[in-house]
Amino acid sequence: MSLELIWYVLYVIIISGYAILDGFDLGVGMLSPFIAHTDTERRIMLNAIGPVWDGNEVWLVLGGGALFAAFPLVYASLFSGFYIAMMLVLLVLIGRTVAIEFRSKRESQRWRTTWDLVFSGSSFGITVLLGVALGNVIRGVALDQGGNMNVGLADLLNPYSIGVAVTAVAMFMLHGSIFLSQKVEGDLLDRVTALVPRLLIAFFLLMTALIGWTLVRTETFADNYRDRPWIAVFPVLALAAALLAWRQVQRSGYFTAFLASATMIAALLCAVAAGLYPVMIPSSIDPTYSLTVHNASSADPTLTVMLVFAIIGMPFVVLYTAGVYYFFRGRVQLDEESY
Amino acid sequence: MSTELLNRIQFGLTISFHFIFPPLSLGVGLVLIIFGVKSVRTGDPKWRQLSTFWVKIYGLIFSMGIATGIVQEFEFGTNWSNYSRFVGNIFGSLLAAEGIFAFMLEGGFLGLMLFGGTRLGNRLWLFATTMVVVGATFSATWIVMANSWMQTPQGFEINDVGQGPQAFMTSFRDVVFTPSFIPRILHLLAASWMVGTSMVLSVGAYYLLRKRHVDLARTMIRVALPLFTVLAIAQVALFGANQAIEVSKQQPAKLAAMEGVYSTRTCAPMYILGWTDQETQRTTGLKVPCLLSFLTDQNFDASVTGLEATPQADWPEVNLVFQMYHLMINLGMLFIAIGLAACALWVWKRKLWTNRWMLRVLVASVFLTELATLSGWWTAEFGRQPWIIWNVLRTAGAQSPNVGTGQLIFSIGMFVVLYAVVLYTFLRLLDMQIKQGPPPPSDESTIESLPDSFGEIFRRRSRVSSGAD
Repeated sequence: MSLELIWYVLYVIIISGYAILDGFDLGVGMLSPFIAHTDTERRIMLNAIGPVWDGNEVWLVLGGGALFAAFPLVYASLFSGFYIAMMLVLLVLIGRTVAIEFRSKRESQRWRTTWDLVFSGSSFGITVLLGVALGNVIRGVALDQGGNMNVGLADLLNPYSIGVAVTAVAMFMLHGSIFLSQKVEGDLLDRVTALVPRLLIAFFLLMTALIGWTLVRTETFADNYRDRPWIAVFPVLALAAALLAWRQVQRSGYFTAFLASATMIAALLCAVAAGLYPVMIPSSIDPTYSLTVHNASSADPTLTVMLVFAIIGMPFVVLYTAGVYYFFRGRVQLDEESY
Repeated sequence: MSTELLNRIQFGLTISFHFIFPPLSLGVGLVLIIFGVKSVRTGDPKWRQLSTFWVKIYGLIFSMGIATGIVQEFEFGTNWSNYSRFVGNIFGSLLAAEGIFAFMLEGGFLGLMLFGGTRLGNRLWLFATTMVVVGATFSATWIVMANSWMQTPQGFEINDVGQGPQAFMTSFRDVVFTPSFIPRILHLLAASWMVGTSMVLSVGAYYLLRKRHVDLARTMIRVALPLFTVLAIAQVALFGANQAIEVSKQQPAKLAAMEGVYSTRTCAPMYILGWTDQETQRTTGLKVPCLLSFLTDQNFDASVTGLEATPQADWPEVNLVFQMYHLMINLGMLFIAIGLAACALWVWKRKLWTNRWMLRVLVASVFLTELATLSGWWTAEFGRQPWIIWNVLRTAGAQSPNVGTGQLIFSIGMFVVLYAVVLYTFLRLLDMQIKQGPPPPSDESTIESLPDSFGEIFRRRSRVSSGAD
C-alpha cells in the first residue's frame, strides 16, 4: 500500500470521525427548536453535547490540517475555489461556538432566544454547506489546468448538491435524535423517541434515492463500482446499518442504534471515497486536470513524518475521547456550571 | 486596491483578533494550575473558590480562541492558495501536528476542566486543567514552529514535479528546529504568561478598588504579582534580548528596520522614541548611543548591518516596523516599573491594598500587556515583508489567484461585522462575570464526596448504576 493511499484512507477516517462525532452535535442543534419547548429543555439539549462538542469540532480542524499536509494541492484548490462558501462555513462555525458559550450567561428571554436561533441556525448552516460542498466534489467542478476554480454560491447550489445537503440534514438529525434518546428524560424523551422512526424512514428513502442518483449521473462513479465491485460493500453496509438502527429503535436499544447510525455515516463516506478514488477533485473541464491522490499529495518524507505522528497521536486521542464520553455518560443533570 | 493587499488586510485583521485570546488562555491557565496545586496541597476552600471563578472566565476566553482560531487554518487555503501549494509539505505538516497533538488534548479535556467544579475532586480537576493548559502550550509551540520556519526557513529543497515549484522537506529536524524557533517560543510564552498574570492582577485590583471580595482579591494579587514582576524582568533581560540577538544574526534587514539603521555602522544607537523616514533614510529621536551594538554583540563597537546591505525592493515598511518594535520595548520597560513599584508598595508597609493610584494602574495592565504582545507579533510579521517566507517566497503572488476583489471585500466586511459583534458581546459578558464575582465557597463535605482518582470514577459510577437498577 503506498503512502498516498494510506493517507487517503486516514483522511477518510478523519472525515468520518468528524461526521460521526460532530454530526450528532449538529443534529441536536437542528432539532432543538422543534422538540424543546421550555428553557430548561433547551438547556438540557445544549448540555447533552456541552462537554464534548468542542472535542468533536477538533476533528474538522484536524481534517483541515491533514488535508493541508497530505494533499496540499487539494486543500489549496478546494478552499480557494469555494471561497464564499468557505467564508460562510467560518461564519456559522463561529456562530455556533459563541452561541453555545454565550446563551445561558444571561437570564433575559430575548438574549436566550437570539442565541438559540444562532445555535440552531448555524448547526443547520454547517450541515448544509458541508453537504453542498461534498455534492459538488462528487459531481465535479470547473478545475482548470493550474488547479484553480472559482465556483460562486449560485453554481454550488445545483439540484444534485442540494440533494446531498438535504440527505445530510436528515442524517445528522437522525443521528442527533438517537444520541439524545440516551441523554434526556421525561416528556422530552418521549418527543425524541417519537421522532426517531420518522427521521429514519425519511433518511432511508433519501439515502437510497441519492445512491441511485449518484450512480446514474456520475459516470466515473459507476465505472469505478463496475471495475472494483468489492467496494459495493460500503453502500450495502450503510443500508444494512440503517436497517439495524431501525430494528434497535423498535426495541428501544438506543445505544446499539447509535453505533449503527455511526457505522452508517462512516460507510456512506467510505462509499463516496471509494467511488472517487484515486480522484479527489474531479475536473469537469478536462479529466486530466483532476486532482488525484497521486498528483496532489505531499512527497514521501512528509507523508512518513505525518504517519509517525498519526501512529503516536491516535491512540491518545481514542483513549481520552473514550474516557470523556465514559465520564459524561448518562442523562443530563443541570447544575450551576452547565451552559 | 490590489488583491494582495486585501488578502493581507484580511489575514492581518483576523489573526490580530485571534491573537488576543491564546496568550490570555496560556497565562490564565498557568495561574489556574497554581490555584489547583495550592488547593491540593492546603485543602483551603478559598483556592477552589478561586478556581471556580477563573475557570468560568477561562471558558469564555477559550471559546473565543476556538472560534477565531479555525479561521486561521482555513485562510491559508482560501486566501493564500499559491502559498499553500508551495509549502504544504512543510507548513501543512506542522499545522496537522498541532491538530493531533494539541487540539485533541485541549478538546478532550476542556469539558472536564469547565465542568469539573461540581464533578471532580481537587486532584482530578487539577489534572484536567493541566492537560488543557499543556495542550494550549503545545499548540503555541507548533504554531511558533511553523511561523519560525517562515522567518528562518531551512531543511527543504525547491523542486517542480509538474505542479509548479514546491518546497519539499529534506530534514524534519531542521524544519522544526529553525534557528529562530527556541528564542521565539520562549519570548512568546513569557509574554503570554505576562498577559495572563496581568489579567488576574487587573481583576484583583478592580475588586480592591471597589472593596469587594477583598480577601480573595489579595490572594489573586499575591499569586500573580511576583510572577508578573519576575517575568517582566526576565522578558526584557533574557528572552527579549535573546530574541533581538537572534534577529540580528538571522534577519539583519529586519533588525535594521526595527531600529531604523540604514548604513552599516559600529556603535549603533538604540532609540527610545523616534521616527524614521524611508525616503530620506534618516532616523531621528531620543537615543542611547552604542546600545544596539552592545545588545546584538555584547560589544559597544560591534558592527550592525544596515538596510543598505539589502536591495531596497526587499525592505519592509521601515517606520511601521520601527514604531511597532518601540511600542513593545517601551511597554516592556513600563511593565518592569509597574511590577517593581507594586511589589515595593506591597512589601513596605502593605500599602498596595489601599493605594488607589497603583490599583488603577494594575487594572489597566492587562490592556497594556495585550498591546505589547500584539505589537511584538506585528514587528515580527511586518518585519518579514515583502517576504512571506524569508528570502524564499514573496508575499506578492502567494495569494489565491482565483479569488477576486469583490469576494475579498465581502469577506473582509463579514469579518469586521462579525468580530465587532463577538468582541462587544465577549467584553460585556466578561465584565458581567467579573462584576458577579467569585461564588461562595463550596461545602467541604461536598468536595470530599467527589471522585478524586481514576479508580474512584469507575467504582463510584458502577455503584450508582447498580443502586439505580
